[in-house]
Order: sequence, then C-alpha cells, then structure tokens
Amino acid sequence: MIDGIGDYLAGALIVVGALFALTASFGLLRLPDVYTRMHAASKAGTLGSCLMLIALAVHIGEFATTLRALAGVVFFLLTAPISAHLLAKAAYSAGYRMWRGSVSDDLAETVTAPKKNGLVGTER
Amino acid sequence: MIPFRNELILALVWVAISGSYSIPNLAFGFVIGWIVLFLVREQLQTTKVVIRPIALLLLIALFIKELVLSAFKVAKLVLSPRMDIKPGIFAYPLKVDRDFEITLLANLITLTPGTLSVDVSDDRRTLFVHGMDCSDPDQARRDISQGFERRILEAFR
Repeated sequence: MIDGIGDYLAGALIVVGALFALTASFGLLRLPDVYTRMHAASKAGTLGSCLMLIALAVHIGEFATTLRALAGVVFFLLTAPISAHLLAKAAYSAGYRMWRGSVSDDLAETVTAPKKNGLVGTER
Repeated sequence: MIPFRNELILALVWVAISGSYSIPNLAFGFVIGWIVLFLVREQLQTTKVVIRPIALLLLIALFIKELVLSAFKVAKLVLSPRMDIKPGIFAYPLKVDRDFEITLLANLITLTPGTLSVDVSDDRRTLFVHGMDCSDPDQARRDISQGFERRILEAFR
C-alpha cells in the first residue's frame, strides 16, 4: 500500500513537472523578446526540472539516490538564474532591443548607448 | 576554525553526490576540493558571515513559495490567448552591500514572479531588474525590499 502511494506521488510529480516544462517552451515560442522569454525559461523550466528530480527520489526511495537528486535540485536553483542573468546581460550589451511594447528602461540611462550594429530584437 | 574546513565540506559533498562511501573516494574528493579552492583563492572573501538559522529557514520557505507561484504565473500568462504584458527594466536601489548578498538577492529575484535581474551597476548600489509587468515599478521595488531583501538582512546580519 505504501509502495502504491509512492508510485502515485512520483507519477503525479513527473506529470506536473512535464507540464511546467511544456509551459516554459510555450513561453519561449509566444513571448515577444529575449528578456521576456528568459522569464519563462528560468522559472517554469527550473520548477519543472526540480519536480522531476524529486519524483525520481520518491520513486527510487534510497538514501544515496535521494541525496543525489537533492544535490541536483540545489545545483539547478543555483545555476539557472545565473545563466538567465548572464544571457540577459549579454543580450543587452550586444544591443538587442526590448520589445516595442516595453514601458520603461532605466538601464539605458546609465549604460552608454549600445552601438547600432544591425542587431535588433525580434519584432512582432 | 578547523583547518581545511572548506576542503572537508567539498569532500563530503563529493562523497554524497558520487554515492560511493569509502575512504579513497573521500580522499579523492578532498584533493579535488583543494584544487578547486586553489583555483578560486583570489576571489574568496574572508569576511565573517553570521548565519541565523531560523531566519535562513524563513528565507528558504519564502523562496519555495515564490518559485511555485512564479511558475504558475508564467504558465497562466503563456497559456492565455491574449498575452497582456507591459515589460520593462527598472532600477532597484540595493540596501545589501556584500557580494554574496547581492548574488543571493539577484538569484532570488530571477526565480520569482515577473522579475529577472539583468545587471548590477559598477558601484554595486543599483540592481537593474527586468519586470514582466512594469506598469508600477514602485510597487515592484517595495515588494523586493520588504520581501527578499529584508529576509536576507535578517538571516545574515
């Protein structure tokens, strides 16, 4: 009976995690520019992957595996925001514009205007 | 202060992750940890950090709650037929001033609803945050300063 509950829990976690990964990819397709896409990839993607790792830990149920899965979760939480931050920063320095519906840009006042070298954000 | 404390912590993490609990593996982890710490020796800061366990737990709890909310918000947004967004970058004046606190705050901001840290000013006073809904930057600033930043200050000061 206990085993059954564990299996249901693991299955539910995998499905929910996969759904979050799916919404992350929807976000990548539908959002207008690199910065808003980063939101979808960094948040929904991270939670989806973490949930699936936890599902693995629940399914196997051994101490060593659980420890490794938790280490994976921690590494995900540490590295995903850093890579999102670096991509956004690199995109900004390279001169990718924000979507034209954007309402404010405080960064433009402090950074010397990015060179107009033909790199323009995706316009929709 | 235990000698080689950081190397020992890294060795234990190595043993936990590699999943083989033996003395040779611990020694191997220790050697790798020593090499890693040798490579980053110049970036290491030696400032004393006070950690308050209860406040730290509160910070972690707040973070998990915000991460789940955040993923739901993104999911709802991208699945709605007309995406109603007003993105923009706003400046956030930092109260925390130590490097690891800024890093932590920037990471937490990135993983919470509608905000993504883009850059830190050279003088480390201002964090530039990209907001999914930037129609009210003042409200967003208030949320950060009364949420994560306050909790970080409570946990490490």
